[in-house]
Parts: sequence; structure tokens; C-alpha cells
Amino acid sequence: MIFVIDLLAATLRNATPLVYGTVGETYAERSGVLNLGIEGTMYAGAFAGFATAWATGSLLLGLLAAIVVGLAAGAVMALMTVTFGANQHVSGIGLTIGLIGLSEFANRLIFAGGELQRIEPMPILNPFGGLGEISAVFDQYALTWIAFLLIVPAAWWLLQRSSFGLEIRAVGENPEAADAAGVNVARTRYLALMIGGALMAIGGAFFTLALLGSFTLDIIAGRGWVCVALVIFGRWRIGRGVIGALLFSLVFSLQFRLRILPGFGELPFELLLALPYLVVIGALALSGRNVAYPGAYLKPYRRT
Amino acid sequence: MIDSAPALELRGITKRFGDLVANDGIDFDVRRGEVHALLGENGAGKTTVMRIAYGLTQADAGEVRVEGQPRIIRSPRDAISAGIGMVTQHFALVGPMSVAENLALGRSRGLRLDLAAARRRAASASDRFGIRIDPSLRVANLSVGQQQRVEIVKALSRDCRVLILDEPTAVLVPDEVNALFATLRSLVADGLSIVFISHKLAEVRAISDRVSVLRRGKLVGTAAGSTDERELARMMVGRPTFGVERVADGAAPSAKPILRIRGLHVAGANDLPAISDVSADVCAGEILGVAGVSGNGQTELVEVLSGMRRPTSGSAAVSGTELAGADPGQVMRAGVGRIPEDRHASLIGDLSVAYNLVLERLDDFGNGGRIDERRIRAHAVELIRRFDIRAGPDDPVATLSGGNIQKVLLARVLSRDPRVIVVSQPTRGLDVGATEYVRSQLLERRADGAAILLVSEDLDELIALSDRLIVLYEGRIVGEMAVADADPEQLGMLMAGRGRAA
Repeated sequence: MIFVIDLLAATLRNATPLVYGTVGETYAERSGVLNLGIEGTMYAGAFAGFATAWATGSLLLGLLAAIVVGLAAGAVMALMTVTFGANQHVSGIGLTIGLIGLSEFANRLIFAGGELQRIEPMPILNPFGGLGEISAVFDQYALTWIAFLLIVPAAWWLLQRSSFGLEIRAVGENPEAADAAGVNVARTRYLALMIGGALMAIGGAFFTLALLGSFTLDIIAGRGWVCVALVIFGRWRIGRGVIGALLFSLVFSLQFRLRILPGFGELPFELLLALPYLVVIGALALSGRNVAYPGAYLKPYRRT
Repeated sequence: MIDSAPALELRGITKRFGDLVANDGIDFDVRRGEVHALLGENGAGKTTVMRIAYGLTQADAGEVRVEGQPRIIRSPRDAISAGIGMVTQHFALVGPMSVAENLALGRSRGLRLDLAAARRRAASASDRFGIRIDPSLRVANLSVGQQQRVEIVKALSRDCRVLILDEPTAVLVPDEVNALFATLRSLVADGLSIVFISHKLAEVRAISDRVSVLRRGKLVGTAAGSTDERELARMMVGRPTFGVERVADGAAPSAKPILRIRGLHVAGANDLPAISDVSADVCAGEILGVAGVSGNGQTELVEVLSGMRRPTSGSAAVSGTELAGADPGQVMRAGVGRIPEDRHASLIGDLSVAYNLVLERLDDFGNGGRIDERRIRAHAVELIRRFDIRAGPDDPVATLSGGNIQKVLLARVLSRDPRVIVVSQPTRGLDVGATEYVRSQLLERRADGAAILLVSEDLDELIALSDRLIVLYEGRIVGEMAVADADPEQLGMLMAGRGRAA
């Protein structure tokens, strides 16, 4: 029982950054732009959030700094792919490399040579404390609560039920039609990329401001790429993407716990470590057939 | 009735694309409660001038006036707020979304998405104009005719007073055309103004109050909608007689058919057939011209004869070898050479002239996967001399002029001495010298006994080169004649879907 409760709590916790990243990437892709800058944006969000919180002593300011960095990263991606019409793969990978390099450079400037700096991370909240044993599942950080209770429903509503969301989906499916209907295609894509960038950066900041309370190199460790896969797994739907994030996180959390169980000790731990990724690849292979990509995916828009 | 300013007025609209003058000082106006047709061949500039009115294209010069007031229209948003709506040829609808969502798109300023209002607008259009459409359906699941109704309702729901329709009947079956015309009549009865772009004479006469004819970017004139079809055809095609002398003299073609097409049917987009029941023979030493406004099945016919497209039924055989369903390699080995309309898509721009010249027969220039560079080069030098290509063997094809690119293509095809040549728009975009050269090469092949199927939108060219003509309209042969019997008015009428030749 303890094992299951602990596993569920870890699943929610580990899914949090993936939820932010997947929702953010969904916004970018629904507007027609594949944002491979996600890995770097999460990385820069993690660093900027940590450095600001460390310098000011305020977690809130740290979070704001991460959001600002995310908005800027989204705007840079939009400048390259929307305004200049550059190749989205190259722009995104370039953005990731650039942001990781910048973050590590700033890290060296600010925290050169000294021992690992730490901040007091976000406290754990539990609004369901009175439920007995099971309530441990709900021992979660504020950012996790915000992700599941606020961001996911709000992002879903904005995308599927608001006129702005309709415009995002329209410019991602058929920008000519959106343009002819009087929608400003470039502005809509800028906004979608910036909102997406802010969410990605919050996902990155979750590691430094909540989970770890410190910044280490390679802190994102490919989770941005996982989000890109989860968006496809979720067929560009927010709900399905979140389910994918939870599934990945469940296997990820499970393999950690399997290592210490008797019988699994013989297995090379690398095999277990690979398990969640194998699950994602398997799920993609099964669910990725015949998926309907957004109609204008990867295509810059120019009026002729 | 008080003589009021036109609902929409265009003055001196001029638009250039590079060297091409798409619109040359066009004046056009549409009055309240009138259908004004814009008639012309492909490339006459009809769509361009109306895209300018709707803000999809920016004019180089000229003025747009709405109800007498000059308006600056930089985007469709400006046009919509000026009361102009347009149904473009490719519908501007988002397929995966519902009709209601498409109607709501681009309307609101805030975040609220008012789908109920969109449904009300659809219902009111249905009440007022009899345009029935279920707002909850997904656009991608609708028929083309229904999608067009969505487009019209969309424009009406933006309170447009002028509705521009670009070739609205091109994608419709006859019943849908009748329904569309009924809708248009109820719209003008309500005081709307309609601009109807078309190249089909019968439709233009059936629906229009006035007709303006464009030719090569210029306004030829404006006439009453009841004007005689022959007169309209003459205005559209541009001359009472053809200006170019017949040059295809010499030996008469043999009576031996080399290319034999029988009962060819090809499926097209939107469940309409692209080609229906086409049969024709091309004999040795004969050029068969295929006339027609583009989009009437010529592209599909050429693709079938090149092995690029599978017909649904029928046959096309070269001296007994079946081409229908064969792949391009088999077609080539059967002795067919093809010079397609998109010459850039047939060559590889980054590769040298020498390589492009052997692209279709690399196996002849190497052994066991090794390419014989020396022979390729020698072959190129020889063809460059023979076909007067103004380029070196190592120049990338992309750096050549249009005329020289076409010569490379000609050289590649003709150097193999094909018995059948399928050639489409061979001189489009070429200057006079290159045009003459290409034509003389085709005539030389004819004299050597090749069977040539020539597709062209240039009537002068067809008359100058062909022995016989067939006219395609909506995928069917609507006319066939010896070139000596061809008269331009009649051709213009056939191309515009009026009547059949005996």
C-alpha cells in the first residue's frame, strides 16, 4: 500500500514539468510551429528561476524570471520562424543549443568555482491532509497543484473554447483561411509561441525551485524532447497530452522503485532507466499512425 | 431610382509580377443590385484584380472606391470592414473545424467565442436567402457545393454588400450551379452587388447584368449581359482571325495511327471525373492539337500518357504497347518522349546540363553502377551543339534562361528519337526566338514521322503547328476538326463550353 501511494505521489510530482512542457509545446504546434527550442527553454527557465531566487531570496521572483525568459525564448522562436520564415527544425535546435550555452555561461559567471549553491525550495502543500494514509498522494508542490488544477483546464478552455484558441487552431490548420477571415496570422503565432515558451520555462523552473532547490548541469536531461513526443502521442490535444505525461511519469517513477526491489537488483539499472523512453517509443509507434498533423505544420505563411 | 455611386469601383488598377503585367490600368465597377461578370481566359488577370479589391494582393497603382469613397485596402480585414466579401477559388475554410467555428473565426475582439451567434447567423442566411447549411457539421465532411455555401454565408454574416465569386461553378455539378444561381438572384434582389469571375460564356450570359472582358491584363470592354456569345467569345479570344500563318505544311500525315487512345476515364478531385470517355488517334507525321482552358483535363491526359497517373478505365496504346497503368520507365521504353508543362519540375536545377541530359537514361552511360563521366560530357557537348543550347556542359541548369532550359529538355527527349511526343505548353514564357526554335523542332519531328500530341493554351500556336484539333471541356472532347476548318470564334465558344462541333 505504501508502495502504491508513494508511487502515485511520485508520478504526479515527476509529471509536473512534463505537463507544463507538453501544454506549452501543444500551443506552439497547434499554431503551426514545431518549437524544438523547448529543451533549451526549459533549461533556461530552470537556471533563470534559480539564479533569481538565489539572488533575491524570493521564489516568486524566481518564477517570474523564468516566465520572462520563456516569453523571450518564444518571441525569438517566432522572430526566426514567423517573421523570417526560417526552417523550424534548425531554428528550434539552434535556440536550444543557444539557450543551454547561455545558461551554462551565466552559471559559470555567477556561481564560479564555489560549492553547489542551494535555495530553500517550495514547500509541500496538502489540501487533503485529513484522508489518512492515502492523503500522502497529495503531498505536492504548489507548482504541481497549479499545473493540474489551474493550467491544464485554463489552457484547454483557452485553446478549445475561446475565440483566441480558435484563431490559434485556424492559423495552424489553414493560415490562408484565417487571413481571409481577418485574423492576423503572424500576431497569433507570436502569442501562441510566447505563451508556450512561458509554460515550458515554468516546467524547467520546477526542477530548481521545487524539486531540487539547486541548479546542476544537464538538469533537464532530455525532458523537453519527451514533451515533443508526448504532444504527438496526445494528437495535439491537451487532455491526451497530459495523460501521456502521467503515463511516462508513472513508468519513470516505477523503474526507480523497482531497482530496490528484490529480484530486480540483478538487472542492469540502465535497462530500467530506459524503460519509460521505450514505453514512449512504443506508445508513439502504436498511436502515431494515421495521426492528423496540424494542416500548416512546419509551413511559414506568406501572402502571395 | 436615384443615380447613386457604384457599390464598388476600381480605377486604374495596375499590378506587375516581375516582367509580367497582370493588370494594366483596369477600370471596373459594380452597381447596387447587379451581377457584373468578369470574363477572360486563364491568365487574363481576372483573379488578380479581384484579389486586389479584397486585400489579398497589393496593387502597384490604382484606387479602390466603395460607394464613392476611396478606401485603402491592405488586408482582407480592411476589405471586410469596407463591406467586401470574396469566395476564392480555393475555399478559405478550416477543414477540421465546424461550420459554426468557421463562421466565428476572426470576428470577436475578446476571448469569448460566441458559437451561438454564429449559429443564429447561419439560420438567418437560411431564412433570408434559402442557403441551407447545418452549422454543427465539420467542414471537411461537406461536399464542395456545401462548402461554397458556407463561404457565401461567411461573407454575408460579415455584412458584405459586394460579394466577389472567383470561378464559383468550376467545382460544381449542374444541379449545384442552378442552386447557386438561385441564391445569387435572391442576393441581388436584396440589393447586394456580385462580381462573378468566369470563363464560361453560357453561365456569364445566364446570370450577369453586365460583362467586362479582360485579355492579357487589359480591359477589352464592358458589354450588356445579353450580348451575343460569338461577340463575347471574340472579345475574350481577341481577334476575328488568327494572326499567325499556318506553317505546318509539307507532307500530309500518314493514315497510320501510332498513338491510339480509347475510352479513357480519369478520376479527378472532388469526385468529379477529370477525363471522361476521351478517344483519339495520332498518326505518324501528325500533330494533334489539344485546345481548352486549363483545368479541363489536359494535365491529367498528359499525365496518363507519361505514366504518371493511372486512368480508371480505357486504354492508350503506342503501336500496341499499353501505356495506361505503365510506369514512366515503361512509357519511355515504348518510344514516348514527354515535354511536360512544368519544365522546371522535369530537370534538376542544381545538377549540370550534362547530367540533366542523361537523367532519363543513366544506364546507358555507365556500367555496374559506375558513371562514365567522359561519355556523359561528350554526349552533352554534342547535344549542346545540335540543339543550340547557350550554356556549357557543367553549368547548373538553374542558372539557364527559360528558353535554354526548354532546349535542354527538348534535347534530352528528341535525341532519343521518340515515335510519340507528348508535349504541353512548350513555349509558355519563352521569348520569340526560343519559341520559334521550339516550334521548328517539333515540325521537324513531324516531318520525320513522329506522332505528336500538343497541348497548348495558345490558340495561335495550335493553329500554326497542328494538323487536327480537339477541344477539351470539363474532361470531354467537345469538338474535333481539321485545322483548316478551325475558326477562332467557334473555338472560343467550344472552349467556353458552348455547343459541340459537328
